Amino acid sequence: MKRLLLFSALLAFGLAFAQGPARADIRIIVVSHGSAADPFWSVVKNGVDQAAADMGVSVEYLAPEIFDMPRMAHLIDAAIAARPHGLVVSIPDADALGRSIRAAVAEGIPVISMNSGSDVFQGLGVLRHVGQTEYEAGFGAGQRMAAAGVTIAICVNQEVGNVALDLRCQGFQDGLGEGASTSVLAVGTDPVEVRSAVMAALSANPDIDGVLALGPLGAEPTIAALEQIGRLGQVVFGTFDLSPLILETLVAGNMAFAIDQQQYLQGYLPIVFLTLYIQYGLLPGSEVILTGPGFVTPETAAQVIELAARGIR
Amino acid sequence: MATRAKPITDERVRKVGIVNKLLSRPELGAVVGAILVFAFFSLVAGDRGFLSSRGIVSWLEVSAQLGILAVAVSLLMIGGQFDLSIGSMIAAAGMVIAISVVVYGWPMWAAILLAFAFAGLVGFINGYLVNRTGLPSFIVTLALLFVLRGATIGFTRLITGRTQVPGLHPQAEGDWLAFLFSGTLFGLPVSIYWWLALTILATWILLRTRFGNWIFATGGDPEAARNAGVPVQRVRIILFIGTAVAATIFATLQVLAAGSADVARGRLKEFEAIIATVIGGTLLTGGYGSAIGATFGALIFGMVQQGIFFTGVNTDWFQVFLGVMLLIAVLVNRYIRHRATVAK
Repeated sequence: MKRLLLFSALLAFGLAFAQGPARADIRIIVVSHGSAADPFWSVVKNGVDQAAADMGVSVEYLAPEIFDMPRMAHLIDAAIAARPHGLVVSIPDADALGRSIRAAVAEGIPVISMNSGSDVFQGLGVLRHVGQTEYEAGFGAGQRMAAAGVTIAICVNQEVGNVALDLRCQGFQDGLGEGASTSVLAVGTDPVEVRSAVMAALSANPDIDGVLALGPLGAEPTIAALEQIGRLGQVVFGTFDLSPLILETLVAGNMAFAIDQQQYLQGYLPIVFLTLYIQYGLLPGSEVILTGPGFVTPETAAQVIELAARGIR
Repeated sequence: MATRAKPITDERVRKVGIVNKLLSRPELGAVVGAILVFAFFSLVAGDRGFLSSRGIVSWLEVSAQLGILAVAVSLLMIGGQFDLSIGSMIAAAGMVIAISVVVYGWPMWAAILLAFAFAGLVGFINGYLVNRTGLPSFIVTLALLFVLRGATIGFTRLITGRTQVPGLHPQAEGDWLAFLFSGTLFGLPVSIYWWLALTILATWILLRTRFGNWIFATGGDPEAARNAGVPVQRVRIILFIGTAVAATIFATLQVLAAGSADVARGRLKEFEAIIATVIGGTLLTGGYGSAIGATFGALIFGMVQQGIFFTGVNTDWFQVFLGVMLLIAVLVNRYIRHRATVAK
């Protein structure tokens, strides 16, 4: 009898090892560059928390209070010292964070990146990236506008030189195709200046029928500009990212689409992937798992407003 | 007949035992506070990574970076002044290095030396303004906090069109001066060695040199000091240059670690440095304090800031925890100093 018990105990023990730790024992740490006080990132954190609850694992979310790369590197170092089963990071600056991320990989901790770093994560030894890639998102926007019949478009870029934004405009141009002509309208971040610049561009060339903004900083003054010259609702107008004003404009039908990178997924999916990898060694085949572009249209805007109030979009 | 002369004892002078001598030192409170904080985190989070070698390095590094600032700030505060501009100085110095290297192609060592020269200038301006106008240094350095930060943002955007300047890691390779500010030695980051060296230097200056006496005098009673022949104005300027140089050392370490400079760096560091200094036993009114205390204050701060994470407390509550622990550390500090200095 004793032998039987011993044998079954050993068998169970061995089986436990064969399939990795039990979910309740798994500990994952998320280090991102956006504090949970930021409305964008609080959606990400909600995704993380929900995934932890759904998967039955314990997850800690760390972020510096302000955008602070050295502090984030320290947080990653501390995370490594805590020896979690898995690590999720965002990589807004590979130079500043590279050393810490490589150290995590060298310690044998599986790392998945999200939100930023889609072009650098492989070089650091990170397994997968979950996020929206700028070029593909711009390309999707261009395709949508081409389908709406746009032939002359402008891309309102409030930070020329920011690689991510430049890629969006580049993708947009390619997505529109050869039949259309696109130009980049370089502006600053001051809302009054952006509005004047857009008004000037549209008045100088009345044939422009498509406008793409790269975020609320560019979109909101553009809405004001279009209103002022009376062309709101007459051009095909799209933007990246959501804001209350953008959602309102969508509901009113004056905007064609807003591109939502669905950051809830950027918090949710890495936890799921890491849990399954830690337990069974499973990993999705594609290196980058795209969470966007998620197009919010006038039809879906109302539902998105309600979800935004719940911290899901 | 020569007899060995008996040492003259004055029965009016009470003999103070060595234990009591130690207990009345200004840094005692900070040392006890540090031991308590360390014990707390070791008990609660020791097996969760706080006591692992990586964990220790992680909080030591945070302490070291703050300690570099706190030690210089403690000298200034003992001298009776505040410097609120060091946070902005960190960003400015970092940007001076980055722009010189990336935009103007200077070699890294020249850029670093330029940043230190710039620090000397800023420190001189701070000290000169305080001396000439007689305004509280709180106000003068607060003004410079804004001026420096604004100038950093303005010049950086003017020259580069962005607020961050990356691309420094390749330029730092093989540079003889950058080598002193980056990397690790025997497994410890170089910032820890800078911290220890500056602590030893500041303590030596404070306790063993005439200049140290002048610092205490200038902070204790500037009028009496001046009447006694202490060059109060010169002391102030040198102390302000000291804090600006410490900010530049911090900036150089940070810029070389991150490989980039950012106009937003260093925010709130001036307050953290003051907190560490006050925890370390330095009075806000000047004339009393210790650089070793400031170092232990920085140690407490680093242990708390990194250690909170190891306890698994939900990240949303970090700042509450930080504030409460700091309050407790200062209260313990004051209690111990009170017990130790009360006449027995």
